[in-house]
Amino acid sequence: MAFVRFIIRRLLAGIVVLWVVSLAAFGLFFARPANTVARELAGRAATAQTLALVNKQLGLNQPIIEQYWHFLARALHGNLGYSFLDGESVNTILAQDLPRTASLVVGAMVLWLIVGLAVGILSATRARSLFDRLATMGVLGGISMPTFVLGQLLLIGVFLQLNKHGFTWVQDGYEGPSQSIVGWAGHMILPWITLATVSAAVYARLSRGSLIDTLGEDYIRTARAKGLTERRIIFKHAVRAALTPVVSQLGIDVGTLLGGVVVTETVFSLGGIGQDSVQAVVQGNLPVIIGFVLIAALFVVVANLIVDMAYALLDPRVRIT
Amino acid sequence: MSLTQIEFQAESAGELPAQVIEGRSPWLLAWRRLRQDRVAVASAVIILLLMVLALCAPLIAAWVGHPPDTPYVNAGLTSQGLPVAPSSKFLFGTDFLGRDLFVRVIYGARISLLVGLVSTAIGTAAGVVVGMTAGYLGGWIDTLLARFIDSVLALPYVMFAIALAVVFGPSLVVTIGVISFFSWAAIARVVRGQTLSIKEKEYIEAARSIGASSARIMFIDVLPNLLAPVLVLATLFIPTAIVFESTLSFLGVGIQPPTASWGNLLSQAETFYQTSWWYLVFPCAFLLITTLAFNLLGDGVRDAMDPRTERLFASQRKRGRRRSRHAKPMPPAAEVR
Repeated sequence: MAFVRFIIRRLLAGIVVLWVVSLAAFGLFFARPANTVARELAGRAATAQTLALVNKQLGLNQPIIEQYWHFLARALHGNLGYSFLDGESVNTILAQDLPRTASLVVGAMVLWLIVGLAVGILSATRARSLFDRLATMGVLGGISMPTFVLGQLLLIGVFLQLNKHGFTWVQDGYEGPSQSIVGWAGHMILPWITLATVSAAVYARLSRGSLIDTLGEDYIRTARAKGLTERRIIFKHAVRAALTPVVSQLGIDVGTLLGGVVVTETVFSLGGIGQDSVQAVVQGNLPVIIGFVLIAALFVVVANLIVDMAYALLDPRVRIT
Repeated sequence: MSLTQIEFQAESAGELPAQVIEGRSPWLLAWRRLRQDRVAVASAVIILLLMVLALCAPLIAAWVGHPPDTPYVNAGLTSQGLPVAPSSKFLFGTDFLGRDLFVRVIYGARISLLVGLVSTAIGTAAGVVVGMTAGYLGGWIDTLLARFIDSVLALPYVMFAIALAVVFGPSLVVTIGVISFFSWAAIARVVRGQTLSIKEKEYIEAARSIGASSARIMFIDVLPNLLAPVLVLATLFIPTAIVFESTLSFLGVGIQPPTASWGNLLSQAETFYQTSWWYLVFPCAFLLITTLAFNLLGDGVRDAMDPRTERLFASQRKRGRRRSRHAKPMPPAAEVR
């Protein structure tokens, strides 16, 4: 019962957060000087009449409260509105962009979990060895590496070099997996490596610290005293308990990244939510921006909820309030 | 060993002067630990060196004789109009307009360090005030502030940062403002959590019982106990802020040319990667060295402040039982991916 009440409370809080985010997004773009959108659409030479007409068509001549109300009413019916530029439905744009961002995030996640956890577990069990030190340096290097720098280096050092020598599997841009899985992977491999490198460092550090803490617990000593093998102690007893912080970090990361991986998508021109949202921001395409921001915030809110629930289920010490 | 020798030793041990027992504050202890950490000291030296370079940028420009914004059309560009390679005249070569890249990279250090330090300072101050107020006062104020913190953290911040920069027009002040705005919430969340636990301590109760006001308790009794975790968070936030700035500049919504920043230098260099390696390599190297140095220093500060946490570069400590049930302050999650 307490669990249900907890979920309901968190859901209500999540709705409040989404509402505040929608207000912030709406408010922000009306801070722009009036008419900029209409002027961009109608061109520099447009007369005042044309501008007024454009504003009327977009609904921009109504008071801002009314505009917000219309938006809210439509959004509650699952319709996020239509792009200012070409009248395309924001839902359609989202449906187009989400697979691209999701391809990037899911693929990179698999990579960064494998690398991050492997490095983390190996260095925790061999704390202060040469491997541990090298890994620690590598992790700090990964954390210090700006994403756009890594992406650019890969583009210049790998993509262009390979293509110059006639090896055309590695590509930039995006191609859906429906035509060919191999082609899709070729387009995604460099973005995956970029995102995974930057993120794996965080996971390696987190799992190492958490596992070292866990290995110092009393029940691990008990397991050793029972004469269990070291392998069994680490994988059966320690890793499982040490994974809780990793799980919560993973939930929040995936939630945030699904809302758009701005830099990686832009560097490799993947055209996902991140890249298109930047484009929409630069163009002042309000309905697209608000739609994207809301979806991104929704992912974050849902991820937080899932993490809290998982935490309560995984770790009996956590009490739900 | 003969008996006399033992007697002799016993005698000399007895003659040892009584050791002065000195009180060492936690800050002093942390400072000593930090000074023993060679990696942290080396990083601090690199950072100081960068700061000196940045502060002396006009002097260096005068010494080299190349102002940062002067294009050398004849000496600085090849006959095809391409940047010139590093030489004794142009240490790091030139950029696409024939400007001295060395001088521009040094000027870029000013921007990076300025943005990194100032936005971290603003974000930290705001985060501490909000987090402490929410945690100490509790009640509806806490509910309101905590929801607000959650909302800011739920914003897709890279996108919002770009949006803010576009709305207000990209500039140095806007860049600093944007980065500060997206750093305070993470710090406020940690500070709120710490305040909640400090609030329950006996000395706070004592202060309240002698009639101290809430403001006094917050700033005199709570704040000093928050400084250690906040200092760690702040140090680790500086490199994030520097990367944030360079990313914004790289995307064209941060520092605007002709002002040099490592981010916009790298975005200009993109077109010349085939002909001019130096154009990419030097800003890149400076950016990486700076962020790495700050991260290493931040790690050192964290280890020095909290000896319970795992020391990353310790060699002298033996492996023992470590239990840290308390939540360690995690670096703010404002990574720009």
